[in-house]
Amino acid sequence: MTAPSDRLTIRLTVNGRPVEQVVEARRSLADFLREDLGLTGTHVGCEHGVCGACTVLVDGRSARSCLLFAAQLEGRAVTTIEGLTPAEGLSPLQESFRVCHAMQCGFCTPGMIVTTTELLAQEAAPSTEAIRETISGNLCMCTGYVNIVRAVEQAVAARAAGARG
Amino acid sequence: MKPAPFRYAHAASLADAIALLAAVPGETKVLAGGQSLVPMLNMRLVRPAVLVDVNGLRELTGITPTTDGGLRIGALTRHSELAASPAVIERAPLLAEAARHVGHAAIRNQGTLGGSLAHADPAAELPAALLALDARVQITGPRGPREVAADAFFRGLLATALGPDEILTAIEVPAQPAGWGFVEIARRPGDFALAGVAAVVRVGYPLTLPSPPRGGEGELRVRLVGFGVGDRPLRLTGAERLLAGATLTAATAAQAGAAAGADCDPPSDVHGSADYRRHLATVLTERALLQAGARLAERPR
Repeated sequence: MTAPSDRLTIRLTVNGRPVEQVVEARRSLADFLREDLGLTGTHVGCEHGVCGACTVLVDGRSARSCLLFAAQLEGRAVTTIEGLTPAEGLSPLQESFRVCHAMQCGFCTPGMIVTTTELLAQEAAPSTEAIRETISGNLCMCTGYVNIVRAVEQAVAARAAGARG
Repeated sequence: MKPAPFRYAHAASLADAIALLAAVPGETKVLAGGQSLVPMLNMRLVRPAVLVDVNGLRELTGITPTTDGGLRIGALTRHSELAASPAVIERAPLLAEAARHVGHAAIRNQGTLGGSLAHADPAAELPAALLALDARVQITGPRGPREVAADAFFRGLLATALGPDEILTAIEVPAQPAGWGFVEIARRPGDFALAGVAAVVRVGYPLTLPSPPRGGEGELRVRLVGFGVGDRPLRLTGAERLLAGATLTAATAAQAGAAAGADCDPPSDVHGSADYRRHLATVLTERALLQAGARLAERPR
């Protein structure tokens, strides 16, 4: 029988870099990223999967990092907002958020970017309705969502224009 | 808000997982998708001594067509897989539709079919869909494998036939007839439903080809399940009896809706009163039946 343990060694990839670390069994992925790796772009809001602020990509699919234990990430690839940000400047989606004033306090923004990154990876031209439905799992207390939806729409349009080039 | 300390084990096999559950009886929890369990851990509503992570168990994965036209679906199947699986869309479209209504994309990417059933939230979509489909739940434990009909699986609020030393391994869904409907009302997409209804309608012989919203002439056999309207997914038996042997028309759908309101025992909470939920059950039953009728009219079998 496998022996249960309160500490585990995990090996995973974070933003393309291999990481090996000993973690407490109850360490959430969100706390592992923030406290152990110093990747504080992932924000921790509700800690029970409701607010979406801590959303990251696991093997390219969105996940609430407060609802995963770091111990579950053995062998997986995690991408955080830091991993979606170019070394210089902003990604086209981030730039669109900036141009459209799609944030006020900015607390929800990393989760919004990660969540809509998955949408844009899955759909070439998501409808406004699809964008609204996608971000309904990410709470924003400031903006009323209008500019966030606009930012994603603009990123879609810019990508389509780029593709037509 | 952090969970109380626990010990953790990656189960190496199903037998290993069962041995782990038996080793610390009553204080061990199975961790699958964790989308319901981890919030409860974080809020310290549950404080298990040991978590058994079953995510590595291949025995619990896979969607396999069965010879009777149905499906065997591994307990670890994620909601996003259910929603996108061509086999599920073809053979159990009600289940694919229900999966699309669960939470948000990030939740659907992690949450599992087995986990949703084992957790048995009375407002959850997948338990209701599987009850409407007359699915069978496959379970294994120290006393060997067994199978429980969905009708006998849900026992009450967050309570099921699954023993604390057992693991839910798979679901068997019988061939789904062409007549089905699934509707829910939630404040926002992804929220738990205030109320919802799943309907499966079979039409016996003889059969004519009607036009919508008339669903089909011939003997009806209907399974209607309400969710968010009781302490568990609830068979709306009064409405089912009213439709048995009847013809599905706008009038009989409305009568069944009225009966469904009387069938359910909804809770009152901050999201809605019992009376409002009863009203929703009435309206949603009618809508689910009309959806089923329209589908039957397109494809009578």
